[in-house]
Amino acid sequence: MRKQQSIFQNIDWVLVILYLALMLIGWINIYAAVYNEEHQSILDISQNYGRQLIWITTSLVLAIFILVIDGKFFEAFAIPIYVSILLLLVAVLLLGREVAGSKSWFEIGAFRIQPAEFAKFATTLALAKFLGTVNINMQDLRTKLVAGVLILIPFSLILLQNDTGSALVFGSFIFVLYREGLSQNVLILGFFGVLLFVLALMISKFTILIVLGSLALLAIFLLRKTRRNIITVTVILALASSMVFSVDYFFQNILEPHQKERINVLLGKETDLKGAGYNVNQSLIAIGSGGLVGKGFLNGTQTKFDFVPEQSTDFIFCTIGEEWGFVGTLTVLGLFTALLYRIVFVAERQKSHFTRIYAYGVASIIFMHVMVNIGMTIGLLPVIGIPLPFISYGGSSLWSFTVLLFILVKLDSYRTFILR
Amino acid sequence: MIQNSGHRYVILGIFTTVIFIYLARLFYIQVVDDSYKLSANNNVLRQIIEYPARGLVYDRNGKLLVYNEAVYDLMIIPRQVQPFDTLDFCNIIGIPIEDFRKKFKKAKTYSRVKASIFEKQLSAETYAVLQEKLFKFRGFFVQPRTLRKYPGKIGAHTLGYIGEVDDRLVLKNPYYRSGDYIGISGLEQSYEEELRGQRGVRTVMVDVFNREKGSFSNGEYDSAAVSGKNLTTTLDLHLQQLGEKLLENKIGSVVAIEPSTGEILAIVTKPTYDPNLLVGRVRSKNYTKLLRDELKPLFNRAMQAYYPPGSTFKLVNALIAEQEQIITSATVFPHSFVVGSKSVKCHPHPAGLDLRSAVQYSCNPYFCNTFKVFVDNRKFGTSENGYKIWRDYVLSFGIGRKIGVDLPHELSGLVPKVDYFDRFYGKKRWKASTIFSLGIGQGELGITPLQMANIMCIIANKGYYYVPHIVQKIGDKKNTTRNLGEKHYTKVDAGYFIAIQDGMQKVVEAGTGRVAQFGTTVICGKTGTAQNPHGKDHSLFVAFAPRDNPKIAIAVMVENAGFGAAWAAPVASLMMEQYLTDSISRPELYERMIKGNLLPTRQDSLIKKTDRPDVPEIEPVAIKKKAQ
Repeated sequence: MRKQQSIFQNIDWVLVILYLALMLIGWINIYAAVYNEEHQSILDISQNYGRQLIWITTSLVLAIFILVIDGKFFEAFAIPIYVSILLLLVAVLLLGREVAGSKSWFEIGAFRIQPAEFAKFATTLALAKFLGTVNINMQDLRTKLVAGVLILIPFSLILLQNDTGSALVFGSFIFVLYREGLSQNVLILGFFGVLLFVLALMISKFTILIVLGSLALLAIFLLRKTRRNIITVTVILALASSMVFSVDYFFQNILEPHQKERINVLLGKETDLKGAGYNVNQSLIAIGSGGLVGKGFLNGTQTKFDFVPEQSTDFIFCTIGEEWGFVGTLTVLGLFTALLYRIVFVAERQKSHFTRIYAYGVASIIFMHVMVNIGMTIGLLPVIGIPLPFISYGGSSLWSFTVLLFILVKLDSYRTFILR
Repeated sequence: MIQNSGHRYVILGIFTTVIFIYLARLFYIQVVDDSYKLSANNNVLRQIIEYPARGLVYDRNGKLLVYNEAVYDLMIIPRQVQPFDTLDFCNIIGIPIEDFRKKFKKAKTYSRVKASIFEKQLSAETYAVLQEKLFKFRGFFVQPRTLRKYPGKIGAHTLGYIGEVDDRLVLKNPYYRSGDYIGISGLEQSYEEELRGQRGVRTVMVDVFNREKGSFSNGEYDSAAVSGKNLTTTLDLHLQQLGEKLLENKIGSVVAIEPSTGEILAIVTKPTYDPNLLVGRVRSKNYTKLLRDELKPLFNRAMQAYYPPGSTFKLVNALIAEQEQIITSATVFPHSFVVGSKSVKCHPHPAGLDLRSAVQYSCNPYFCNTFKVFVDNRKFGTSENGYKIWRDYVLSFGIGRKIGVDLPHELSGLVPKVDYFDRFYGKKRWKASTIFSLGIGQGELGITPLQMANIMCIIANKGYYYVPHIVQKIGDKKNTTRNLGEKHYTKVDAGYFIAIQDGMQKVVEAGTGRVAQFGTTVICGKTGTAQNPHGKDHSLFVAFAPRDNPKIAIAVMVENAGFGAAWAAPVASLMMEQYLTDSISRPELYERMIKGNLLPTRQDSLIKKTDRPDVPEIEPVAIKKKAQ
């Protein structure tokens, strides 16, 4: 095997440039979001914008570090890394600090670490390692089960921390499995499942059951030729009905009150006085009032008067929308689209299964974050607190996304080597 | 795996579709739909807190005791302030220019974007002038508040006052926010939750000229303020006014209770202050002045001053002794009580007194003997045990412990425990004759006037009392808090009270309390003269009337006034007469009481407050008294 001449050989610069562009946009908008006249310098570390620079520089250091170490490390240590993160997830349940209802942070002196953030890339590595092994076939039941378990363990642990947002991200791994051969039907089933879930929340159970029942009868009539079809339809009907009931049960008895509230607000069933409803309304006003070209840098009234909560973190997109208008939102979404497409492109040119699978993991995770975060700010999804990759303020999130992406960059740089 | 290559396009397709949907939505809300722009464009939201009207307070006959007056807090949002004529501004609200600069700086330090109070409690007149010009002063707006007003200027300690809630309480109690008012003493404090109502909030949109442009989102996020509940107190306004007038220029207190319900008809402590002094902006200045006043007008003597009850305590002693059958109403003692070489003196009266007559003439040796025969009685074993049992009886009369009145800062009074005497005299080195002065209500006893009035209720009811309380109704409903309807029984049976009542009736008809008689009402009373080692004795009188179906029980304490009959009895009598007959038939007595000035001058020694009541030496009680 040829040794790499320099660590910068074969690096996919498109990914790096997109990464830098998004971080820069993030930094500038954090400045606008929490701008404090008393601390006008963007370098002021008493404010979030100064601190974000620290996170950016440390992330760059982290990125270079990843590029320097031997790429074999990641594949070789995928499983140990995964297991250690799992242990951290258990530890945080026991030793972590409870912040705003979720117990997901470790506090060490002035630093806070959130293991859930690192669980994302650790799981991706583990999945890639497992599925990338020779002779693993996605059609096998055993393969599907093991993959499922690999995903479900961290998912459940994070759920136990009450961090539903982060847990939700693990659902995106279905794209990875799908690329590796999981049948179309699963996606379709998943899609209808989600659809049913939403409908079950919006319309009364009985209406849905009547509609389902009629559809089933119609299907049976049309497909009556084969007995197997009839059985399939009946089974689907049974599954759908039980889903409708369990959604209802889940909503009434399992969801926390604030989560119920957020869903009701989204569906328009409830106008919340102080919490989620008011915030989403403010978010919509902020973004909506941006118009085509926005109000201009540092001129966002909604941002300035602190109407939108969590302006530098979960709702950072509002500042972009208000100050840069549709042009701004289009640019940011465009950059993310470019990033996702590039990652898929990089994935498909890999000879190594491990790298390809890992790449799809990266794309899925980033896509999920973008979809949920922006969807929440424009009122299409309930308020779920997860960061916007590379743009939201925060050390943990920036580091974990940097690691996630640059492991891919490093692995990709080996693409011309002969498959080991 | 090549056969899955189609999947990649599906995945890309999903990514693209979602993002496209988002872009469509964004295009719609940002470019197409104008409503968000209108909401945000130059319209700023402001939250106006609607402070609820605090509950009003009435007397038992519906006369207003406390009401609310509107004032206006001037608020500022520094960020919104634009240059304006500061001189004009300062003139209108009446502050000097330097103050303006200071306050503005303070507001900026607090927050540039959040509202803070610039000037508190502008009067309605100032507000009227300001309101017309408010548009010139961008960044300022007005928040209506209410302050308390007291038309009668009486009952300051009982009614209490309100002030801003302090930061510690804001942290502890989630209801309160900085800037809220809270009751700080009196019934404003003990009935705070009923009086305060519930805060409301209005979110309004305001334009560049600071004018309200309408409710935000059609008032979806608003909540209405809920007024506080009105309180109907048990006080009788006329009676209270009379009491405060009669005690003018004296130091002391009056407590009058309706025995059949425990309702407090009047509760007076003098010297006192006009409650309007502790309202609003002048409160802290006046409070400091009152605090420094040597006569201590802030001190509530009715519930917190300890006095030795003197001869009025003989009643309790007798009842306890009867219950234990140590004495009966026919018991006669030799007319002497000697301890060592000293003997207890008495006033002149016929010899051979039984219980009733001993009460009538307030005979000291009789009750010293009673006390001794009780405490040293063989049936209790030791004197310590005898005293312990005696003390338990005393406590059942609501003495030496808190009785649970619905006003704050009630003190329990003092009846020493066995170990107090053990420590002072030595274990097993004391007996009844050491502490005999307790038998006639002197020495280590401390009772508050409220407790004295309660004892009268007990005797009037022949053996039980209801917890004295000051609030009769909350809103329209009867006050059912604090178990007020419960009878509290003493340990003495009803039958023994008859002889005591007989004796007390004789006190007023033909004994030391003759001056208290009025009309044909049958009055039961007892004089007391509380010894005061620092100056002149305190004048004390307790009574209830009429004897059958009593309507009023009263205790009057006038400091440094000499005999019970000299000042306390006339005051009590006038008040009872006013309450029962709605008239006063002895104008000269009335005039004399009002004009009396018993305030200490510079030459007299001022009342010193000590923590421990003074322990008399083992000297005969009456040895310093001049013959009368």
